Parts: sequence; C-alpha cells; structure tokens
Amino acid sequence: MSALVPVPAAGKPERQGRRLTAYLLLLPGGLWLLLFFVVPIVSLLAASLYDPDGSIEAGFSMTWSWHNYVDALADYARPFGRSLWYALLTTAFCLLLGYPLAYAIAFKAGRWKNVMLALVIAPFFTSFLIRTLSWKMLLSDNGFVVDALKAVHILGSDGRLLATTAAVVTGLTYNFLPFMVLPLYASLEKIDHRLIEAGGDLFAGPFTTFRTVTLPLSMPGVVAGTLLTFIPAAGDYINAQLLGTPKQRMIGNDIQRLFAAGAYPTAAALSVTLMAAIVVLVLFYVRRSGTEELV
Amino acid sequence: MNLTGSSDLVLSGISKQFAGHRAVHQLDLTVPQGEFFALLGPSGCGKTTTLRMVAGLEEPTAGTISLGDQDITGLRPYKRPVNTVFQNYALFPHLDIFENVAFGLRRRGIKEVRQKVGEMLDLVELGAYGKRKPTQLSGGQQQRVALARALINRPQVLLLDEPLGALDLKLRRQMQIELKRIQTEVGITFVHVTHDQEEAMTMADTIAVMNAGVIEQLGSPAELYDLPATTFVANFLGQSNLVRATILGQADGSVVVDVHGGKITVPVPRCRVTEGDVWMGIRPEKVFLAPAGSEEEAGSNVLRSAVVTDVSYIGVSTQYLAKLPWGQELTVFEQNTGARAALKVGDSVDLHWQPSHTFVLDAAQDALAGVEDIADDAG
Repeated sequence: MSALVPVPAAGKPERQGRRLTAYLLLLPGGLWLLLFFVVPIVSLLAASLYDPDGSIEAGFSMTWSWHNYVDALADYARPFGRSLWYALLTTAFCLLLGYPLAYAIAFKAGRWKNVMLALVIAPFFTSFLIRTLSWKMLLSDNGFVVDALKAVHILGSDGRLLATTAAVVTGLTYNFLPFMVLPLYASLEKIDHRLIEAGGDLFAGPFTTFRTVTLPLSMPGVVAGTLLTFIPAAGDYINAQLLGTPKQRMIGNDIQRLFAAGAYPTAAALSVTLMAAIVVLVLFYVRRSGTEELV
Repeated sequence: MNLTGSSDLVLSGISKQFAGHRAVHQLDLTVPQGEFFALLGPSGCGKTTTLRMVAGLEEPTAGTISLGDQDITGLRPYKRPVNTVFQNYALFPHLDIFENVAFGLRRRGIKEVRQKVGEMLDLVELGAYGKRKPTQLSGGQQQRVALARALINRPQVLLLDEPLGALDLKLRRQMQIELKRIQTEVGITFVHVTHDQEEAMTMADTIAVMNAGVIEQLGSPAELYDLPATTFVANFLGQSNLVRATILGQADGSVVVDVHGGKITVPVPRCRVTEGDVWMGIRPEKVFLAPAGSEEEAGSNVLRSAVVTDVSYIGVSTQYLAKLPWGQELTVFEQNTGARAALKVGDSVDLHWQPSHTFVLDAAQDALAGVEDIADDAG
C-alpha cells in the first residue's frame, strides 16, 4: 500500500492518517472480541483450575487444580467419546446426502437453482429448538411415522424411533445439513465446465471424470462443509436432550448440567478439553487433506 | 494410429439446431488424413459447434460423422480416437504438468507413462516443468501443455479450438510456426478452429471458410485468396475492392465487363457468373497506380480519371484510397520500392491491373459481407 503513495513531502501526515483510520476501523470489532471472546475464554480457563470443592454460595478459590482435568475425563470419557462419534456419523451422513444435492443444484438444476438454494436455507427461518421439537413430535411413539412403519412391519410392535441413537443422529444430520450443502455448492459451482469436458475428451468416462476431476476440485467445499458440520455437532446437546435418552447423552448435555448445578470447575475443564480436542482434530484434518494447494 | 487404411474425417449432412437457433446447416466436409485443416469464420458462424460435434461434446441434430470406416456419430467423447486442445486450455488445476499430460494415458492404462510424458514434454520444450502447477506457467507454456496433453494420446484427429486466441501477438506468431512444425512431425490430422484469417492462412493446408452455419468456400489458402467464391470470402480473407459492373459478352476465353463505362476483361474460369449484373473484384495489392494519361502494359485492365483521396504511409508499403468518377473509393497497396515518387492527395491517377487477377462474383450478394468482422479482428 505505502508504495502507492507517491508524494514524499505531504506523505507523512497522510500516511499517519491512513494508519489511524485502519486502527479506528479495527477498534469496534476488536473491543467486541476482547469483551465477549478473550475475557470469557480466560475466565473459562481460570474456572477449570478452581478448587473443585467450592460452590456458588461459598465462592471458588484459584488453586491451580490441574487434577480437575483428570477427574473430568475419568468421569465423562464415555459421553465425550460418544459426542465425537455422533459428530463423525452426522458429518458422514451430511456428506452422503449433501454432496449429491449440492451437485444437482450446481450442475443440473438450471433455472431452478435459486429456488433449490432457497429451500436449503428455508429451515433457518424458524429456530433450531422449534425444528428439533417438531422432530420429537414426528418421531413420537404415537406419531404417524411410527404407526406407518409398524403397519408395514419395518418396526416391531414395541419398536420406537424416539429416544434412540438413530433419532439423535438423524436430528443432528437434519439440523446441520445446510452447513454441508452450501460450501459444497459454492465449491462445485465454481468448477469450470470445460474441465469436465476435458476429462471426457481424455478417455475418462463419467464416473472416472467425477473421481479424478470433479471430486478433487470440490475438496475445499468438502473440507469446509465437514468442519462446519462436525464442530457444532460435537458440541450440540439439544438433539440428544430432545430426541435421545440419558443413554445418548453427549458431552454438551453434561457440561450444561454441571454448569447448571454449579460445578463450575468440572464443567469448565470439560469445555476446554472439548475445544482442544476439536482444534487438534481440525488441524490434523486440514493438514492431511492438503486443500491449501488447491486454487 | 491407423497407418494402413485411410482414416479421413468425413462429416455428411451435419446440422445442429439449438433452441430457436440454427448453428450448423447441412454441412458436408471431408478432412483427409494427416492434413492441417482450418475452420475459419466469424464468431457465431458454427465453427466451434462443428468442432464440438466431432469431439462428441455436442450431438448433431442430423447427419453422420465418420472416421475411416467407423461411424462415430453416436460415440461418447471418451470412446473417440479424437482429442481436443480447448480454448483457454482447460488444464486441470489440481494436477501438476506431468499428471496433466499423463491423464489420457492413465485412463487407458497405458504403460511407460514416465517415458512417454517425458518425450512429449520435450517435444513442446517444457521438459523441466513437470512438477509445476498450471497456474505457475505463462499463457504460452499452458498452451503447449494443453497441446502435449492431447497429442500424447496419438489421436487420429486433433481438434484445436481457438488455441492461440489468448496469447499476445508476438507469442501467437511463434506458436503458429511451432504448431505447424509439430503437426508435420507427428503427422496427425489437425482440425483447427479460428476467427483469425492470418492464423488460418499461415498454418493450414486447407481452409473451410464458414459463415452462418454453412461452408462458403473450401480450398488451399492461396486458392481462396486468389479466387474467392463469394463476397464474404473476398472480404473476410484479406481485403477486396468490389465494383458494381455488367457483363457485356465473351471473347477469346474472356468475359468482357462494363465498369461504369470502362471496359475490362476477366478470364472465364475466374467468373462465378457470366451474364447480367456482377461484382468485379480485385485485391488492393494487385492494382497499380500511375499518373493520369501514362502508358500501361498492353492487355491491362484500366480504370481512368481517379483522384488520390488518402495516403497512409506504413513503411514497407503505402496504402492509397483512389476515388473514381462515380464516387466509389478503391484501396490500393503499393510496395515502397522507390521506383516512382510517392503520390499525394489530390493527384490524378489511372488504376491498372492484370485481367488474370480480376474475379467476378454474383451481384445478388452483399458487397459488405464479412467486412465488419475484419474490423473486429483489427481492433
């Protein structure tokens, strides 16, 4: 930028003015992040090291209890692992459902493209909670879905849909599908159609062209979509709460319950662990998929 | 490659209809094996559609395409022994140069990929660039990769869709010579689509000039230039002076034509029509200017009493405009040999040229057909 300012005499005050403008522009967002991101994170990290014997009434004292982490992991290893497993399943189902959908919208929808995109976004017009509650009704023991499945003997007479692992993963998949479809669409839509023609011209049949040209070129969308699905799914507790039972408890449910019960140090230690686990997984994944080389 | 039998590319009765628009109409075309063939025409003339039908990327509405004895009309693109150099190259951005060139070999499961790709990259002088990504190469280098990627498959026909269109002028000249050299070396049939008449003339053995979905004329560059069959070809391929005239009759194997009172002769084989109203045509560089009243060579065609209205000095040549008594201005190119003093605006001159350089076209055609396209190219 500075090389583009050619006037040396008047340059100094002007450059200072520009620099000041840049800082002023950064200020509101910076303050916001400081107040609502940095302060809470520091507070969370601090809380995870408080004396575990404290309470809200008596107050917590900072005792640097690293042992909180060991205890929390020992007590909550199962819901922790379950969260990551459900998030993985959700991401896989979202990818399986979302990729063909995004592909169809990008390449085959023609003039219906915008309508279909609007339909993908449409669920966002109602709240996450209400949508998940509707799933609870839809899958309920007396609902028509269960009745219908029982009638055709897909489901046994005492079979249920609600309060199962399948219900929780289905709910998660439903809720996070748009986060998979939109980045996939954006990345597929950008692909130059002539590259696909070139694949065909160079002896690659439709499937081989997909495998060797379209799929690699859509990898940035796959990576973005899987991250946008996996990260919130791993931390979600609404779906497990509404569609599952304590057996489907995810780590989010425990963190929420512990915070509500005033067990701040354990809840904080679990939150920090989840965050760290996700950051490590994501870094490893992005490094492995090597998307930075793609244009 | 089929070395024994002939594998001419034959298009018969090919039509392509898009929604409400006729792109190609009843096209018949034979491209002999091993030829450098150019489809030349302005944008929208159907040349790219024709090429895409040969590649299998478009399906003809009617007609058949065959290669040797094989009918390939309904064959999927990946099953045709045909490869394409795409406009803007369409190199795979996620693969390096080596893998781009190896793509076709790998799909067909051919052995010795490393050696073959190496040879091909050497042929296009990019041997050291295998590990780079397409975006790290210049336009000219990308063009050569696109060529190598197609040629390595030894197709029976190589299709080139405006392959030099994205290059600057100097590079384009270089690549024209390069393409011609490579074609001669590998001996594969090249079908080259371009709107640049100079590009077509420099490289092609045979040119088909296309306009509005049909072939206007087909022949060697010299044939087309020397004796255009239509006003479109006369104007699109180089420049022509077209003057309204009337045929008076024939004498000694020549047609006698009345041009606004002046009489000129044209050999019969150079006349598309031999009676009635016609366009008399002559190329600007075939016309000589002489000061009014000077003697011409016997047997020359002459138009007298013209006035120089514009002089453009270009260095190797000078471009004159000479206004004739009936108001039309003709263009004359003259080499600056220094044999005669340069003419000035306002000088009275006579125009003369050889009868054997004259051509006669049907007066029903538009004298300006193909002219604007030339202006587009220059711009």
